[in-house]
Amino acid sequence: MTVSSTPSTPLVIAGREYRSRLLVGTGKYRDLEETRLATEASGAEIVTVAIRRTNIGQNPGEANLLDVLPPSRYTILPNTAGCFDADSAIRTCRLARELLDGHRLVKLEVLGDQQTLFPDIVETLKAAEILIREDFQVMVYTNDDPLIAKRLEEIGCVAVMPLAAPIGSGLGIRNPYNIRTIIENARVPVLVDAGVGTASDAAIAMELGCDGVLMNTAIAGARDPVLMASAMKKAIEAGREAYLAGRIPRKRFASASSPLDGLFF
Amino acid sequence: MQIKINGRAEEVAEQLSAAQLLEQMGLGGKRLALEINRDIVPRSQWHEHRLNPGDEVEIVHAIGGG
Repeated sequence: MTVSSTPSTPLVIAGREYRSRLLVGTGKYRDLEETRLATEASGAEIVTVAIRRTNIGQNPGEANLLDVLPPSRYTILPNTAGCFDADSAIRTCRLARELLDGHRLVKLEVLGDQQTLFPDIVETLKAAEILIREDFQVMVYTNDDPLIAKRLEEIGCVAVMPLAAPIGSGLGIRNPYNIRTIIENARVPVLVDAGVGTASDAAIAMELGCDGVLMNTAIAGARDPVLMASAMKKAIEAGREAYLAGRIPRKRFASASSPLDGLFF
Repeated sequence: MQIKINGRAEEVAEQLSAAQLLEQMGLGGKRLALEINRDIVPRSQWHEHRLNPGDEVEIVHAIGGG
């Protein structure tokens, strides 16, 4: 007997198929070797990277992130982290496209506030429109507002990525009802991006029906990042299967698991 | 002549090409993107693109981030 009656479908983003529904960031690791090992353990096929100035005059022979995570093996998803306005986000995406030989897939995030790192939706919408006109494939970080999520889809984003909680907070899914509403309304993949703290949070996101989860700190900040990467991989798979299997309804009172017929006393 | 590289003022030779600049900085053959005065200079043009006094050069690469 096979495990599942529902064939596991791939995640499709911008027409490309992925087996893994876990996307990972590459920040906050101790070194490139830990980055490599954790990324491998996560099973992720899409990895997000930041674009920054090169260090001038420092260790010119130093290994590069893309040497340990080669674009031939991973889909590199350049992000606009650190951008607080549309202009700098657009500039970052253009540089990323040049850096990655014309690669069009980007993660757009335009932040509005240092303390919460909540997205600035006005600037996000502005940047998304321009990037899409320039033929970028935009996966967009947004808040958990269903109306904004729909709007971002309508202007042509290839995936909508609402936060579960503030970036790096580890608070888990703060508003499961909104996430579910976003998923129900969506025609593009919905991925929870930011706020996951541990494996159960990732499983809950997938049980809600998310198409995937993007995380960084939950893995990189764990005491053992490689082990946590492996835990997250399983949680994403378990959550996805549970979603497809369809959970039982919640009931207030018990329902016996053993039959009441045939009792001999 | 003086130009700015990643925000820092630097003295470089007149008529230097973008490719020569990167080579001098030990960045030849690295995976980088180059922006001069806010315009991207594609890799295919690094050899022919000459720097001018006062140019603002940004050299970026991919690093770990989420």
